[in-house]
Order: sequence, then C-alpha cells, then structure tokens
Amino acid sequence: MSRHVVSFTVNGVPKRVELEARRTLADMLREDCGLTGTHLGCEHGVCGACTVLVDGEPVRSCLMFGVQAEGCAIRTIEGLAAPDGTLNVLQRAFRTHHGLQCGFCTPGFLMLATWLLERDERLDEAALRHAVSSNLCRCTGYQTILDAIRAAAQELDRWEDSAAGEARR
Amino acid sequence: MAAMKPAAFDYHAPATLAGALDLLRGEEARVLAGGQSLVPTMAFRMARPGILVDINRIPALAYAEKRDGALAIGALARHAWFETPRAGGPLGRLLAAVVRHVAHAPIRTRGTFCGSLAHADAASEWCATVLALGGRMRCASATGTREVAAEEWFQGVFTTALQPGEMLTEVRLPLLGPDWRYGFAEFSRRAGDFALAMAVAVLRVEGGVVRQARIALGGIGGTPVLAKEAALALIGAAPTDAVIATAAETAAACCDPQEDIHAPAEYRRDLVRAMTRRALRQALAA
Ligand SMILES: Cc1cc2nc3c(=O)[nH]c(=O)nc-3n(C[C@H](O)[C@H](O)[C@H](O)COP(=O)(O)OP(=O)(O)OC[C@H]3O[C@@H](n4cnc5c(N)ncnc54)[C@H](O)[C@@H]3O)c2cc1C
Ligand code: FES
Ligand code: FES
Repeated sequence: MSRHVVSFTVNGVPKRVELEARRTLADMLREDCGLTGTHLGCEHGVCGACTVLVDGEPVRSCLMFGVQAEGCAIRTIEGLAAPDGTLNVLQRAFRTHHGLQCGFCTPGFLMLATWLLERDERLDEAALRHAVSSNLCRCTGYQTILDAIRAAAQELDRWEDSAAGEARR
Repeated sequence: MAAMKPAAFDYHAPATLAGALDLLRGEEARVLAGGQSLVPTMAFRMARPGILVDINRIPALAYAEKRDGALAIGALARHAWFETPRAGGPLGRLLAAVVRHVAHAPIRTRGTFCGSLAHADAASEWCATVLALGGRMRCASATGTREVAAEEWFQGVFTTALQPGEMLTEVRLPLLGPDWRYGFAEFSRRAGDFALAMAVAVLRVEGGVVRQARIALGGIGGTPVLAKEAALALIGAAPTDAVIATAAETAAACCDPQEDIHAPAEYRRDLVRAMTRRALRQALAA
C-alpha cells in the first residue's frame, strides 16, 4: 500500500501531490487537484468520458495511475477556454452544432477532438469517424458531435475533403 | 454501477530490466505495461496484485525494429506505433492493417503489443497475428532467458507459457519477402470492440500457385488457433474463387467455436467461414 509524491503539470500549472499508488489519474485530477471537469463514466476503459491528454496523447485517465504521471504534462477540459472564460473554436463549434445534450460525455469528446485537431495529419471524414468511435454518448446520436468537430477542423484549416467522406455523409 | 476502485498495492517503477526482473521474484508481483487490460480487471477487483512492477520507465524496452532478420518488438512498443509500418514489405503493412482493429486510439497510445501477448485474450488481434506469422516470444526472469514458439505460447483462456517471475521482453516476427501476401478480417458488433471472430492469412504465391500458407483464427474459443486444414487446401493450388471457398469451408468445418452471451457457436462458425474467405480474398486480390 505504497504512498508516493508525484510532480507533474496540469494545463501548464506545476502540481505536487501525495497519493496512494492505487489512486487513478482521473481521481488524482478530480480529488487531489480539484479539477472535476474530467468525468468518470465506467471506470474500466470503455466509455472515454475520462479522456485527457498526457504528453500530447489521448489517454483514458481511469486506466492510468496518478503515480505514473510523474514528470508528465497533462491537459484537461479546464485548459481549453481562455482564462477569461472565452470558449475556443472547438468548444464554440460544439455549442453551435448541438454537440452536447446532458454534457456528461463532452469533456472526453473535447479532449479527443483537441488531439485530432493538433495532429500533423489533416483530418478527413474517415479518420474522424474512426477516432470518435472510441467514446460513448448516450444523448446526441453522434452526428452533431461529428458536425461540431468537422466544423472546427474547417475553421482551423485542418480539414481534408475526401471522396470516402462525401459518400458516407 | 458502484464506483470501482482497485485494491491497494505496492508500486515500483524500476529504470532497468534487471531491476524489474528482481522485483518480479516476489510472488505477488505483476507487470504493469499499458494497463489497458490489467487496470480494468483491478477496478473490478478480479485482479488484486500485491505489487505492481511498472515497466513504463525502462527506456531499453521501447523499440520495434529489424534485428537479426526479424522484426523485434520490445515490451514497451505501443499498439499505436504500428499504425505506421515498423518493417518494410508485407509485414509492416499487415501490422498497420491489423492495428486499426485493436481497441481505440486512446487505448492504442498506452497498450502494448507484448501486453496483448501476455494477457492472451482469445479475441486479441495481435495474438492471432503472431500465431499466423509463427512469431517467437522471449521471456526473461532473474535466473535466465528462454524463447517460446507461438504454437506453444497460447495454453488456455488468458493463459500462456509465461511462468511466474518471468517477463515477456520481446516478440520476434519473421520478415515477409515481397512474394508474401496477407489478409485480415474480423467481425465485431461495434467499432473497436473485441471481435466475435477473426481470420489472419499469410501466403506465399509463386508462379501463380500458393506455396506456403498459414491461417489463424481468433475470437472463437479460449485461444487463437491455426486453421491447418484450410491452409493445406490452398497449397499447390492456383488461388481461384472456388479454392478460396473450399478453404473457408474447411476452416469453418474444422474449428471448434464456443458459445457465449455474445453469440451461439453456429453463428461463430458462419463468421469463421466469412472472415476466412474475406482474409483470403484480400490476400489474393491482384
Ligand atoms: C475499451 C477497450 C477495448 C479494447 N479492445 C481491444 C481489442 O479490440 N483488441 C485487443 O486485442 N485488445 C483490446 N483491448 C485491450 C488492449 O489491447 C490492451 O492494451 C492489451 O490487452 C494489454 O496490453 P497492456 O500493455 O495494456 O497490458 P496491461 O494491461 O498492462 O497488462 C495485461 C496483463 O499482461 C501482463 N503483462 C503485460 N505486459 C507484460 C510483459 N511484458 N511481460 C509479462 N506480463 C505482462 C500484466 O501483468 C497483466 O496481467 C481493449 C481494452 C479496452 C480498455
Ligand atoms: S471512465 Fe474512463 S473510459 Fe469510462
Ligand atoms: S451529451 Fe449526454 S452522454 Fe453525451
């Protein structure tokens, strides 16, 4: 039952936390850092609500232990809007396109989409659908989530029209 | 569902393989690789390891590269690495085609190739692929190392030839020359889910005739299995639609699919026929 001191950054802010080894990264963010924007749906890796970025890559924070975050740069939903609360392009697109209803799944989708939009490759319809299949939403039926991410990608000039994508739409 | 939290354990993150192997001598010790299978089982408390040996801080295990005429895959090679070919020729392309079916992007960033082999889920794409390719597993313990062939690796449901105290340090896959072809097909109910049935085929075609063939099936029983009779039906033949149909029929007839809450055995048998046919068609498409 070992205890550990972990140092890492969340949304650029350095943190130092003492915790039990069994504390998941999700619980560390929520309980020890007070960042409750990261949601826990299933706690066993299937729903994606808890998705955060660790060193730039999307991770299920319920499947990583907090102690494993030593030295890592973590990004969560709290880091997306500007400090004055102004929503970023992706968040605005979710609002415009009704990409959320109850909002429980939204932090996970936003972090997944943040990664999709920051990658080197441009996003196309096939890659978007393949990636978004990772997360569950019980409200929207997904189409509005796809619309929102597609619109954000277009606005940020990260979108690639593809024949395959047109056929599916 | 009630909140699910793992039972308490001691955590170690050694920086060297020797350090990890030393810790694994402890009876209650378990390797933590990507955590994408172990942590869920701990959350359900189906696993309660007393000691976790986290290998993520051992940089020497993070490789997937050509060594001695094979693709050597270290214990920290993540699934996502294989999305871009890690070997030239058909092998790299086969692994890149298969990895798209292994879970989802945020799981592929952490989950490891060797972790899949150690966990040995019957529906693991990597397990069926390693069996089809005739890969070799390198196991190390504090007292020595040994190699196990794929045919001897899978011993039962979530059970491999790995012994207590051992770590799977590397999987070696034979490189495939330019005259090798491959195909992969699986059926799952939702994208990224574990498959109800899958087929991996690797074949060498020379002068319009199949010279070598290996077909592995996954998702249908406790372990992946080789469809030896189906492969035999191809050898020496020109790969026509009729020959492919016969091989697929043979694979379905000779396998022993199991029934579970997801599908009855006969449905799985139908899927084996369809997946084998698809994999072979892919492999043999001009
Ligand atoms: C939602 C979800 C969907 C998934 N879908 C799929 C899928 O479609 N197909 C698929 O194949 N997998 C799937 N997985 C599982 C995933 O691929 C895991 O990454 C993989 O099964 C295990 O790899 P890991 O590195 O995460 O291992 P871990 O979870 O860290 O370990 C798993 C087990 O193997 C042992 N172990 C790990 N590495 C070693 C080693 N080097 N030596 C000795 N023992 C070791 C551990 O002690 C543990 O018992 C899914 C997982 C989730 C959460
Ligand atoms: S809470 Fe982590 S995937 Fe569901
Ligand atoms: S908006 Fe309710 S679960 Fe997605």
